Amino acid sequence: MSQKMITAKPKAASSTPRPRWQRVARRFARRPMAVTGLILVVGFVLFAILGPILLTDPNQQDFTAILQTPSFAHLLGTDDLGRDVFARIANGARVSLMAGVMSTALALIIGITIGLITGFYRGWVDVVVMRIVDVMLAFPFLIFAVGLAAILGASLTNVIIALAVSQVPEVIRIARGEAMAIREQEFVSGAVADGARDGTIMFRYIAPNAMSAFIVQATVAIPAAIIGESTLSFLGLGVQPPMSSWGIMLTSAQQYLAQAPYLALFPGIAIALTALGFNLLGDGLRDVLDPKETR
Amino acid sequence: MLQRVITSIVTLFLASIVVFVGVRLLPGDPALVLAGETADPAVVAAIREQFGLNQPIWIQYFNYVGQALQGNFGVSTRDRIPVAEILLQRLPITLELAGLAILVGVLIGLTAGIVSAVKRGSFADYAANVFGLIGLSVPHFWLGMLAILFFAINLQALPASGYVAFTEDPGENLRRMILPALVLGTGLSAVLMRQTRAALLGQLSADYVRTARSKGVSRNREVKHALRNSLTTVVTVLGLQLGALIGGAIITEQIFVIPGFGKLIIDAVSARNYPVLQGAVLVAVTGYVLVNLAVDIAYAYLNPRMRLAGGAR
Repeated sequence: MSQKMITAKPKAASSTPRPRWQRVARRFARRPMAVTGLILVVGFVLFAILGPILLTDPNQQDFTAILQTPSFAHLLGTDDLGRDVFARIANGARVSLMAGVMSTALALIIGITIGLITGFYRGWVDVVVMRIVDVMLAFPFLIFAVGLAAILGASLTNVIIALAVSQVPEVIRIARGEAMAIREQEFVSGAVADGARDGTIMFRYIAPNAMSAFIVQATVAIPAAIIGESTLSFLGLGVQPPMSSWGIMLTSAQQYLAQAPYLALFPGIAIALTALGFNLLGDGLRDVLDPKETR
Repeated sequence: MLQRVITSIVTLFLASIVVFVGVRLLPGDPALVLAGETADPAVVAAIREQFGLNQPIWIQYFNYVGQALQGNFGVSTRDRIPVAEILLQRLPITLELAGLAILVGVLIGLTAGIVSAVKRGSFADYAANVFGLIGLSVPHFWLGMLAILFFAINLQALPASGYVAFTEDPGENLRRMILPALVLGTGLSAVLMRQTRAALLGQLSADYVRTARSKGVSRNREVKHALRNSLTTVVTVLGLQLGALIGGAIITEQIFVIPGFGKLIIDAVSARNYPVLQGAVLVAVTGYVLVNLAVDIAYAYLNPRMRLAGGAR
């Protein structure tokens, strides 16, 4: 086998006529549940981006229109301060999107880097990192997030940090496992023989070939982070009023559960639909990116 | 197995350091909290001296752990009651809630998972899958609010909140625990349903089941064999879900105003009641680590190959 053949990355050496992403997209399109998930996620992202621009100010109070049921003037009604619930949900979508995506992105960047290094080098680095991971995993997710949020203080940035740090151990475990499996493959040995530096091997050879696992992890982690953000906000440890968040909306809705149940209904539906969208998308991606399905 | 036990002890030791340091990183001075915001500096200094807060942190840590191992977690800053006493009062409440939630989760999750796998592709399978996905996507606190709205406010069939001890009035205790247990158990049942289905489908397509089928073994017997081998997965998932259950208990207790461990932790965070927070988190983490160790031991018992390999990992 020639040197060129050995060092070629498997992605580039594919012998099938159609690129892999096209095959994956075709298989994905054949799964109605996965497509539904994608539509929900895209809809949520568009709502989060465009909603706050197109709708009224979410903090605008109208004391002549307090606790109004849904109508043409206020599609999802108004809250106890006369604020438009639809506009607040749109603004809450932006908060949830930021918390979900940014905390997951942060967790992936930190977790993948550490996981690849430990899985590649093994030895004492691996032992030390995995002990730390074990300790972090000894804390139930919410206790860890609540503790960090309490230490850092209540704000959106701190919620993102708390959720990211809580997710890191799981990402490290996944990235480490992938690195350990992929480093044994021939194309990596070829790259080593070719004199490639360790950093190149980890981030140019191993990371792209573990991308499927990372994408699936992201789709699992984002809804968990969205629910995590709303939970922390619900407990008073997340974003603070007057900023609107789905969790905060549900906290104040608790007082009016009998009087105005729609206040609790709509933000909850928003959280559930968004999380459902990501879960459906994640399930679909897991199926179509599974190597056994590719064969 | 011995290595697994040692690893758990080391993890617990390191986790105790994290809890100890973490609580000290919380905003606010514990001595000031104990003395009151307007206390005389001399009083604050005396409290620092009395509780050893003026000593180096590592000495404070070893003193704390030494006392904690003897069951002394300090006193609550709010009412000066020993923390151990508070923990002993609250722990059974959360254990009851968790136990009932596990019962709900296992009953619904296992049944739905088995039906879904055995009747693959049927309406029941589809319905179970939808239930599983919804169960994973709905946050506990919203589900709790919906349950209160429907069962307590609209139907007025069950109480919306509060707690009565089982020893006081068993009937009233169960009446008040039904909704919280259902809410907490739903998330667990969704995860269990999905894992049971996946594990059972895997076993049903395994070579040994196909061989049994070709020899004319009945479908029921086939499922029974496959189910027995799927139990290892279910037990593992149950152990791993304990963390989610503890997190869920925090929220559920908050919604239904149940004076359990979860509510204790949140109240201690808001009141900056450090000794209670420290003790409660330490006990929760210890329980979590020990249950996962027990799960690994159960896993080794259920899977003879693990025993032969000489380890549970």
